[in-house]
Amino acid sequence: MEVKREVLGSSLPGMDPKHDFRARQLAARDMLRGDLEGEALEQYVRDSVLTTTVDKAVAWARGNSFFPLTFGLACCAMEWMHVIASRVDLARFGWEASRASPRQADLIILSGRVSVKMAPVVRRIWDQMLEPKYAISMGACCSSTGVFNNYALVASDKFMPIDVHVPGCPPRPEAVAHGIIRLREKIQATEKPGWRERYDAVGTEEILSEETIARQSAADAAIGVFPGGDTAGVTGA
Amino acid sequence: MPDATGLELIAHELRDGNAEAVLGTEFARDRAVILAAPEHVRFVIRSLMDKGYTFIPSVHGVDYYPEEPRLGVLYEMMDMREVDRISVKARVSTEDPRIPSITDLFPGANFDEREVYDMFGVVFEGHPDMRRILMPEDFEGYPQRRDYPLGGEPVLFTYNEEKNYGRWQ
Repeated sequence: MEVKREVLGSSLPGMDPKHDFRARQLAARDMLRGDLEGEALEQYVRDSVLTTTVDKAVAWARGNSFFPLTFGLACCAMEWMHVIASRVDLARFGWEASRASPRQADLIILSGRVSVKMAPVVRRIWDQMLEPKYAISMGACCSSTGVFNNYALVASDKFMPIDVHVPGCPPRPEAVAHGIIRLREKIQATEKPGWRERYDAVGTEEILSEETIARQSAADAAIGVFPGGDTAGVTGA
Repeated sequence: MPDATGLELIAHELRDGNAEAVLGTEFARDRAVILAAPEHVRFVIRSLMDKGYTFIPSVHGVDYYPEEPRLGVLYEMMDMREVDRISVKARVSTEDPRIPSITDLFPGANFDEREVYDMFGVVFEGHPDMRRILMPEDFEGYPQRRDYPLGGEPVLFTYNEEKNYGRWQ
């Protein structure tokens, strides 16, 4: 039996020299010294530079480094914990760093049923998140109110935009991971990061009137909610 | 549990204290229930409390539609020393669902009474904070009453499209 011995990275006969590791190393050294000229320099640039648009590069980076919000509504949150844990291991996609504040997060996973009373709270958390932001509706309850289809629950599409629905009751962790991969594809393909641009909702911002703001601050004062910085916690009233 | 005879003895004792307080007794499946007049429910619970039933694990409501009076408020009372249970049931109508609160006797009944108010609309007079507890405060109606519509979203699947069509209309 014939045994062939080859130096690692050496060019095989008939192989393009640009695949040769040693040749590329030498070319890089020559380029840094300024010895590379003409066609050789052109070839070097063609081999080592990838051109793209800034938008695409940013989208690619954004899809690979996500900060989900630490947020659980019901039993689906248990499956979500599994998705972060070692077996499914969301860290492979760069999505593992859960943020405890909506202002630092850019993905909210509605993992469970949303009751009529909870819906304004969820919507408020969503509004507090900074753009670009995305939402996953996890499980049957959140997408369609599921088995609790009655007066008490509301489907999440009714009060906020959802990017990916993951079906299941609850979804298997693999299903959630699949939903996350689909969301990553969506993020990397879309050119409109803002949710109002994505869903034709520009101009639907709700701006409170002066009258409403005055009424709300009066109500806040009545139940003892004080503005930030007011450490005394006691008003004149 | 007091047996059927023991339940009658307790009922007699209560009637000695207040002739109008006890409307009757029920004893079914080893469960003793005293039917109390709603306006005298505080007397009944106070007397049972003095007899040793010093713990109320639950206050809950029932809708007995179509029976009248429709609504029932059940107080499950427990004697922790003898490990003995007895229930007090008071029936109120939907036209005037009022019953005295027992929050001053049992502070733990506070949230239970609010939940009965939330789900069945029974107003507990003398309660310090008679508000809804589970549903939003601007919610209309009492959802656990039998005549309250189920609500929800119309969801049709291929297998139930014929059978369930129009359920939510």
